[in-house]
Amino acid sequence: MKVGVVVFPGSNCDRDMFHVLTDVFHLDAQYYWHDKGLPENIDAVILPGGFSYGDRLRAGVIAAHSPVIKDVQKMSEKGIPILGVCNGFQILVESGLLPGVLLKNDSLNFMCEWTDLIVENNQTPFTNQFELNQKIPIPIANGEGKYFADDETLKSLQKNNQIVFRYSDVVNGSSNRIAGVCNEDGNVVGMMPHPERAVESEINPIDNKPSSLIFESLLEQMGVKN
Amino acid sequence: MATFNVQVTIENKPGISDPEGETILNDLVLRGKYDSVSKIKSAKMLRFTIEENSKESAQLKVQEICDDVRIFNPLVSKVTIDVFDA
Repeated sequence: MKVGVVVFPGSNCDRDMFHVLTDVFHLDAQYYWHDKGLPENIDAVILPGGFSYGDRLRAGVIAAHSPVIKDVQKMSEKGIPILGVCNGFQILVESGLLPGVLLKNDSLNFMCEWTDLIVENNQTPFTNQFELNQKIPIPIANGEGKYFADDETLKSLQKNNQIVFRYSDVVNGSSNRIAGVCNEDGNVVGMMPHPERAVESEINPIDNKPSSLIFESLLEQMGVKN
Repeated sequence: MATFNVQVTIENKPGISDPEGETILNDLVLRGKYDSVSKIKSAKMLRFTIEENSKESAQLKVQEICDDVRIFNPLVSKVTIDVFDA
């Protein structure tokens, strides 16, 4: 069972993600540089956080044109679990794999703080171990984290159960407090907060167990006994 | 063929909030004596230098580029393209 961690120029959460996958959850993870393709035998793909291409033009848009995205697209069509975290989420919306867009936070500040998420959809490969409405204490670290979609898209997200996480409070001006969404099939999930920074008790002063369920959900999905 | 400078202005569509423009208006311009100003919109500007046959073809080519590689995100932004002789 192999998890691909895609690395773009400017990714900076790739090693944290790799560490969590391998050292904490004992998965076979591999880095893949963005200008190469992904092999066929990958079972899940993660686009980590960071500042790909220095956020030039706007966060995620240049990386969304990287050669690897064509393979990510193919894998999404095959139903392979794909998770985009923070800049990874921005890349997924800019490449059209997820609906909506991430705008500058209402405060215009880079926000680095703990938030509480509420699980709205526990049917995805990254949330199947949660109870509905379960709370996740988890940090955000972004300047462009305000999720926006027009009213029609918001209605269809709600109708198709594509809203995966909401913030419990108003954090950054996101439409309907949305913090994470999935595609219609549910296999592609994007979220602004950083689960890889929250799954170990040493670096999570609140409760590391809920964030761990994101990775335990992937293990369950992949049929891996940890 | 001639050289043209093409100015691409990317700004939020009407109805999409522009906290940067609002802050510049409320906390900088209106804080002083300039109360005749009613609105400021922030935008990003890119200037292309391009070889084309005419101003019209320069305009069309830059519009094509903007749409093709998503220079702007059509969900929330629009572009205005102005062509000048180089």
